[in-house]
Amino acid sequence: MGGFFSSVFSRLFGEKERRILILGLDGAGKTTILYRLQVGEVVSTIPTIGFNVETVTFKNLKFQVWDLGGQTSIRPYWRCYYSNTDAIIYVVDSSDKERMGISKSELLSMLEEEELKDAVLLVMANKQDLPGALSPAKVSEALGLQALRNRTWSIFKTSATKGEGLNEAMEWLVEAVTSK
Amino acid sequence: MSYHKKDDEHDRNPFTHLEKTTVLQEARSFNEMPINARKCIIILTKILCLVHQGETFGTREATETFFSMTKLFQHKNVALRRMVYLCIKAMSTISEDVIMVTSSLMKDMNSKDDIYRGPAIRALCTVADGTTLQSLERFLKQAIVDRNVSVSSSALVSSLHLLSKGQDVVRRWVNEVQQAANNSTGMAQYHALGLLYHIKQRDRLAVQKLVATQMRNPALSSPFAYCLLIRYASKVLDQDPDGSVNEDIFAFLERCLRHKNEMVVYEAARAIVSVKNVTSRQIAPAVAVLQVFLGSPRPVLRFAAVRTLNKVSITHPNALKSCVLDMETLITDSNRSVATLAITTLLKTGTESSVDRLMKQISSFMHEITDEFKIVVVEAIRALCLKFPQKYPVLMNFLSSTLRDEGGFEYKRAIVKTITSIVENVKEAKETGLAQLCEYIEDCEYPALLTSILDMLGTQGPTTSHPHKYIRFIYNRLILENSVVRAAAVDALTKFGQHCEGVRQSVVIILRRCMLDSDDEVRDRVMFALSILEGGPAADITHMMLTESETEYVVKCTKHAFAEHIVFEYSVTNTLNDQILENAQVVMEGGEQEIDADDVIMIPAPKIEYDQTVSSFVAFPSDPTVGAQTFETRLDFLVRDVDPDTQEVAEDSYEDTYALEDVDLEFADFMQAVSKPNFSSAWSAMQGVAEEADTFNLEAIKSLQDAARNIPSFLGMATCEKSNVVPEDATRHTLFLSGVFVGNIPVLAVAKLAFDQGVSMELAVRSENEDLCTLILQSVA
Repeated sequence: MGGFFSSVFSRLFGEKERRILILGLDGAGKTTILYRLQVGEVVSTIPTIGFNVETVTFKNLKFQVWDLGGQTSIRPYWRCYYSNTDAIIYVVDSSDKERMGISKSELLSMLEEEELKDAVLLVMANKQDLPGALSPAKVSEALGLQALRNRTWSIFKTSATKGEGLNEAMEWLVEAVTSK
Repeated sequence: MSYHKKDDEHDRNPFTHLEKTTVLQEARSFNEMPINARKCIIILTKILCLVHQGETFGTREATETFFSMTKLFQHKNVALRRMVYLCIKAMSTISEDVIMVTSSLMKDMNSKDDIYRGPAIRALCTVADGTTLQSLERFLKQAIVDRNVSVSSSALVSSLHLLSKGQDVVRRWVNEVQQAANNSTGMAQYHALGLLYHIKQRDRLAVQKLVATQMRNPALSSPFAYCLLIRYASKVLDQDPDGSVNEDIFAFLERCLRHKNEMVVYEAARAIVSVKNVTSRQIAPAVAVLQVFLGSPRPVLRFAAVRTLNKVSITHPNALKSCVLDMETLITDSNRSVATLAITTLLKTGTESSVDRLMKQISSFMHEITDEFKIVVVEAIRALCLKFPQKYPVLMNFLSSTLRDEGGFEYKRAIVKTITSIVENVKEAKETGLAQLCEYIEDCEYPALLTSILDMLGTQGPTTSHPHKYIRFIYNRLILENSVVRAAAVDALTKFGQHCEGVRQSVVIILRRCMLDSDDEVRDRVMFALSILEGGPAADITHMMLTESETEYVVKCTKHAFAEHIVFEYSVTNTLNDQILENAQVVMEGGEQEIDADDVIMIPAPKIEYDQTVSSFVAFPSDPTVGAQTFETRLDFLVRDVDPDTQEVAEDSYEDTYALEDVDLEFADFMQAVSKPNFSSAWSAMQGVAEEADTFNLEAIKSLQDAARNIPSFLGMATCEKSNVVPEDATRHTLFLSGVFVGNIPVLAVAKLAFDQGVSMELAVRSENEDLCTLILQSVA
């Protein structure tokens, strides 16, 4: 009997959805990553005006994933969606060296928010398939990740269109979120 | 007991007595995780209720609630999602940054599940701005031709809304819309036709072509689309009465009379009877169809039919002869609106003998119908009273009781207009009508009606047998009402004072009390009125025609002399039916008098329509010492052209000038000829007051008879004691002259004439004013 109850409980807890935000500048590949994670394929996307929200199951964990538009005009509204966030996936276009600075400042100002102080940070150095893409180490340096304090974070190299690196990154995220 | 129960149920409705702040507080649970769909649906419903009940939201609170609401997109519950769509639409104009839901709605709009698609399109089009719309264009075009009717309809209706908001990008979708109109079914067909029309409506030929094509469209099946097409076809007929497509349209309309759907049949019948200049023969099939509807068991059909036939009764009363029996049956219809329309139709088509019976019947349920139908009744009575003037007692009696009833402005205005038109046209009813209006203004809450009734009293009252009856009613308004009404009351009183000798003194007394009125306009009018009534025009009001009577504009000059001022009233008549004159002002130039421009008062006639006479005024300080003067005059005005057939008025106007005959101002204009029955006693009574005398040789005058004619008219005085008659062979003659000079100063004169080759005159003048005596002698010299 006891075994039966405990299995029900574990399922109930397993059902609790974790909330993840995917953020990053426009054109970084956020929407492509979201749908790659959800349906496992590359869908054609247009610039996100507003947001997309989907439920993604990974390793028996349910995630409610919010992909917020990255255009300058949309960024101010990111903050409306910060509360109750378990993890942030910050996506960077590794080949866009010119805007690495802007990406850094958006990231830092976001991390200062009180509502996100307990959120785990996963940085995806995306578009590794493109020529001239910076390595994760360079991206990490450009974003100043080493200087982060009191934050569980990691960086992975990914290519959403090729589907490379996403699993590794998500595995780390599951681990980081569940052990929190 | 039963009351308690009812109250309880009432209170249990969670959507009455909603409190905005509480609801917005509740809306915070949209941010909770996980989302409780049932609870959120109720909160969204409350928000919708608040918005639709007209509650105002601050931009900040609305935006905050809107953003919380966007979080509900994470939940897959269909009912919740549809409530979210509704709230997005309701809040799209009160919240900021509503484009945040664009991507989410676009996803739903392309969902595999049709249930989301239509509503998502509708919501999306309310939040999209010009730029977003560009990126949506492709999807909306696809949606318009979608196989699913609800999707296609949603896209079409949303496009229509976008078009009305000025999003011209919609015009680029015309091919897709055309395709939807031709291929789709049901509602989408109706919406597509509507949108096509709106895209093309500014291009008359394109609309004509649209109507012609759709009339032949074999796929046209939706009754709604049929009705719409019938309306557009009527518009084409209306705008182009001689067009080449007219026969086709008429054939189409007649074909629709045989359609299997009643709505289409009715719409076609209504269209046919509303065609301009349609003949009785042409409307006969439509009337026949409507007559059948009169006997329908469905109240809505009976109502539609009787309402339309009521309108037909104005244009083609004879075409309804066959319907009289059916109408009679409807008089007792349990639906009062139907009964009212039936009775008023019968009133318009019926005979004099049926009036009493019908009026009795209608009085019995007048209190059960709405103002809108009461107006129909009142207007029917107006027509009836003009048609059967002898019936005025029963009709006026009815109107009088309606005036006493409760009713809105439009209704009361209709009654007042009806009474006014009866008073103006039915002589026997005049005093009854005026008395009714007088009674009404004692308790009338609409200033617009008060002023028009006062104006009417001023126009009609003075020619009644007892004008003084009306003074009291007008006086009450002067004490009790606002400034606009008081000003109208002053005008009305002035008219009584001008035209009725008997009440002039009382009017003057009343007006004097108003000289301290708090309102400028009222005071101005009082001063003007008093200057007319008290100063009393001293001179005979003299008329002169300044134009030939057959010309385009007929202008008549009337001079009013006052103690301080002379007023020229120019009444201008517009005899051209293709022009409206505006701002018409007679301009005077020349003269001997030196007048400061600031002292000249000019009042133009604001607007003179065809066959109307309106006055323009010029006034300046009078100076009788100047002697005779001549002024060149002309009429300056703006012309606005009018199409005599359509009565359409041009938007632009242009200036024009019309030369008039010269106007003379003479000494006699300041004198009013007032005869004295007993001259010698009056002359003696003036002994001891100022007297001046002098002798003149009148070189221009050839005979004593000539002198007896010219001298009184030159001085503007009346001859007394029959002294104007000069015997044939007389060499001496005496004229006894009497007059009143401006400022109410009586003047007497004795002119002793002698003939010896020329005429010599010894003129003695007596008046209270020595200067005046001198002035008169000077004027002769």
